[in-house]
Amino acid sequence: MSALDRLTRPGPLRAALGFGLGALVLLVVAPATLSQFRLDLLAKYLCFGIVAVGIGLAWGRGGMLTLGQGVYFGIGAYAMAMHLKLAQTPPGELPDFMQLYGEVTELPLWWQPFRQASVAVPATVLLPMLVAFVLGQAVFRRRIKGPYFAILSQALAAAMAILIVGQQGTTGGTNGLTDITSFFGYDLGDPVNRTTVYVVVAVCLLGCLAVARQLMQSRYGELLVAVRDAPERVRFLGYDPANVQTFAYTVAAGMAGLAGAMFVCAVQAINPASIDIVPSIAFVIGVAVGGRATLLGPALGAIGVAWLTTAASEALADRWTYIQGGLFILVVAFLPNGLASLPRVVGDAVRRRPAEVTS
Amino acid sequence: MAVLTQLFTGISFGAVLLLVALGLVLTFGQMNVINMAHGELIMAGAYTVYMLQKVVTSAGASLLVALPVAFVVSGLLGLAMEMLLLRRLYHRPLDTLLVTWGLSLVLQQAARDLFGAPNKQTAAPEWLTGAVEVGALTLPASRLFILAVAVVAVGGLSVALTATSLGRRIRAVVQNRNLAATSGIPTARVDRTTFFIGSGLAGVAGVALTLLGAIGPSMGTSYIVDAFLVVVAGGVGRIQGAVVMAFVIGMLNALLEYQVGASVAKVLVFVAVVLFIQWRPQGLFTLRTRSLA
Amino acid sequence: MTDQTAAGLRIRDLRVVFDGFVAVDGVDLDVPRGDLRFLIGPNGAGKTTIVDAVTGLSKATGSVQFGEQELLGREVHRIARAGIGRTFQTATVFEELTVLQNLDIAAGAGRGFARLLRRRRGVPEAVERVLGTIHLADATDRLAGTLAHGQKQWLEIGMLLVQDARLLLLDEPVAGMSHEERDATGALLQEIADGDRTVVIVEHDMEFLRKFARTVTVLHQGRVLSEGSVAQVQADPKVQEVYLGTAADAAVVAEGVDGVDGAGVDGVKVEG
Repeated sequence: MSALDRLTRPGPLRAALGFGLGALVLLVVAPATLSQFRLDLLAKYLCFGIVAVGIGLAWGRGGMLTLGQGVYFGIGAYAMAMHLKLAQTPPGELPDFMQLYGEVTELPLWWQPFRQASVAVPATVLLPMLVAFVLGQAVFRRRIKGPYFAILSQALAAAMAILIVGQQGTTGGTNGLTDITSFFGYDLGDPVNRTTVYVVVAVCLLGCLAVARQLMQSRYGELLVAVRDAPERVRFLGYDPANVQTFAYTVAAGMAGLAGAMFVCAVQAINPASIDIVPSIAFVIGVAVGGRATLLGPALGAIGVAWLTTAASEALADRWTYIQGGLFILVVAFLPNGLASLPRVVGDAVRRRPAEVTS
Repeated sequence: MAVLTQLFTGISFGAVLLLVALGLVLTFGQMNVINMAHGELIMAGAYTVYMLQKVVTSAGASLLVALPVAFVVSGLLGLAMEMLLLRRLYHRPLDTLLVTWGLSLVLQQAARDLFGAPNKQTAAPEWLTGAVEVGALTLPASRLFILAVAVVAVGGLSVALTATSLGRRIRAVVQNRNLAATSGIPTARVDRTTFFIGSGLAGVAGVALTLLGAIGPSMGTSYIVDAFLVVVAGGVGRIQGAVVMAFVIGMLNALLEYQVGASVAKVLVFVAVVLFIQWRPQGLFTLRTRSLA
Repeated sequence: MTDQTAAGLRIRDLRVVFDGFVAVDGVDLDVPRGDLRFLIGPNGAGKTTIVDAVTGLSKATGSVQFGEQELLGREVHRIARAGIGRTFQTATVFEELTVLQNLDIAAGAGRGFARLLRRRRGVPEAVERVLGTIHLADATDRLAGTLAHGQKQWLEIGMLLVQDARLLLLDEPVAGMSHEERDATGALLQEIADGDRTVVIVEHDMEFLRKFARTVTVLHQGRVLSEGSVAQVQADPKVQEVYLGTAADAAVVAEGVDGVDGAGVDGVKVEG
């Protein structure tokens, strides 16, 4: 086997090469070539990419179409935003918006723990995982799956957004938590610090991809596919499918939470509109367009769709919606495995044609 | 007394939910299509009233004419969706959800381009602006009208499904598609008809919603999640389940709203539905089968 | 020896009711350890339902014990872990996974979480052995969905073997197989039921039954009609009546008239 062969065949070597290339592009090329404005945008897209990696695992491999990842994204984002907000508020004072709305005179109890970075930062990942674990156990144990699970998860996203909007005095309501100016003491107005945030986001994405790859290639990954395709059969082999599903769902929630926390650092604000039903489905769109069951498809799809949305809406304004909707319809209806499967589908079509002639 | 008023609010909210969910009982329950564009079919029904009022100046006449016209308009829209896209997706229910969501994006944008982004107001007929006094209760006439429309729609659909040959065919296809096909039932045509009726009912719901407030491109999205919960909790494909759940959820919502405020009420209702589904994963009314799945 | 008998499958007063319909109506059944038992009976006799009840798929009352353990009321995956394995009427394998992956999953219910999260290195010894037994050693890396019908059924049996089931319940394992495949499957099943493993087979194919069954239980309308060796059961007039309507017809068939093995009816030929 030549060295080139070894590098182009699936395996650890090719994966290492791929990661190296990805790291080079994300960590060296992008910061060197993009303007600060574009780099900030890219940081935001990479956050969507992180959510997408988790959805690829839960939906693509596990068959759980989660239309409510906004919930976990939101928990992570709000946990981080609450901490940063408290950190920049002078001691003894309330965060600015609480003073503005004047509904509370002292900091609500549930805000208190987020004062400590040592609590708030792990919470951005662990809290979503805890919620997902409890919900997953409840739902999957009762064998709720497919469309039913999708609808429940969507209702969850709606409920959470409504709750946050309704509790304006303590959550910031529709406006959300805004004007986050510093990141663990570093001024977010400074481009150097914003580039640092970008680098952290990129490293998180690479880390999530590494975790997802390990899970997909492990025995657990094979089991997850088995549960997706024939959950009852797995049960008769002595496994509890609910646990298998809950694990993937919980990992996906953790990734969404991490992405939410990073999003707050990159965008310096969070509001309910970013975690509601629409953004939750938008996460799924990227995954479907990229290729739900592949490792890189979901992340690339999410980043690509987000980038295209910005670029096209700059040029086309509202007309872009038609293209976005149309693209999504066409990919899901005619290319269910996403753009990642395009080479294979085209290849099959080309190969089939001569065969039909001869047979 | 306040509780009684609240109870009536619950019933009328339940009637709205029921109208919105009724079409889904057919398209989701019976055909396994998760139509996220159902909200936009509702919107189409509402805009039908708006357009008709440009022609028919009497608010009352236009409202009554709008009911059948909106049924046909939304029905045809749904029929086009079924024929162009959805029929290739019957074995991929999750993908119907994604495709119809794309459609819903496109339809909302189309409404924005056709009618403008700001909400539109439709005129309510005079006989619906008043209220009916029942004892010490004041019941808004428009709410009573919606309740009546819901009752008629449920009755009509039940009769259509049980007493007509079309209804029997629909039920046959639902229960065993392959057997129905080999028995000579044209399943593709039955699918189209079912989808037409289900979508048409969304149009009727849209007409009723014009009585409750302004209409706009995104009016459908606010009802769609609740409506799906009604269908899931009621037992997919079961009209009586949807009826019971719509009113239960409507009243629960109204009573909780009275106690804890609108947003917390909404969340509690969701929690209640999740707990209910824990208890009965197949919904309130089920068809029991012996299949492995 | 008596110990071993006691540790086999022991069913007492098993009842399964679906919405008022009594599918299994007070069945007592003993299958000693190491037996190769066939369950036969007309459609609706309750054969598959008994398998469903034993494996936890259908709710039932009464008692089902295997190796002194009560199985009724346990969850499906706990019953499977107690050493009970089954196959389904239509071969159910994980079509988008390879043969090796299918077997590896079947072999792995006891694996700890940390092991699950690591990649499989090489082929586990148990899987290696079974691959040869089920004649799929050359197809290790093929997707199970691309296997021929008979191969899928073998893969399912292989999954039971690596699962290390002590009680194997097979629902029509040779349906749709060629003659050669049936004989190979029968020989394999005889080999499996070797004293430590107990095999129960739901089957309609009478030729297969005569060749390979050690003992037979005939079910009819949810009850046990007859039980014994193949010869004993075939000689039982009650069995002949159930299958053929009248004893007179049965006598004709018993003399060797072919063709009763009709489509649609549970094909049963009874020979003397």
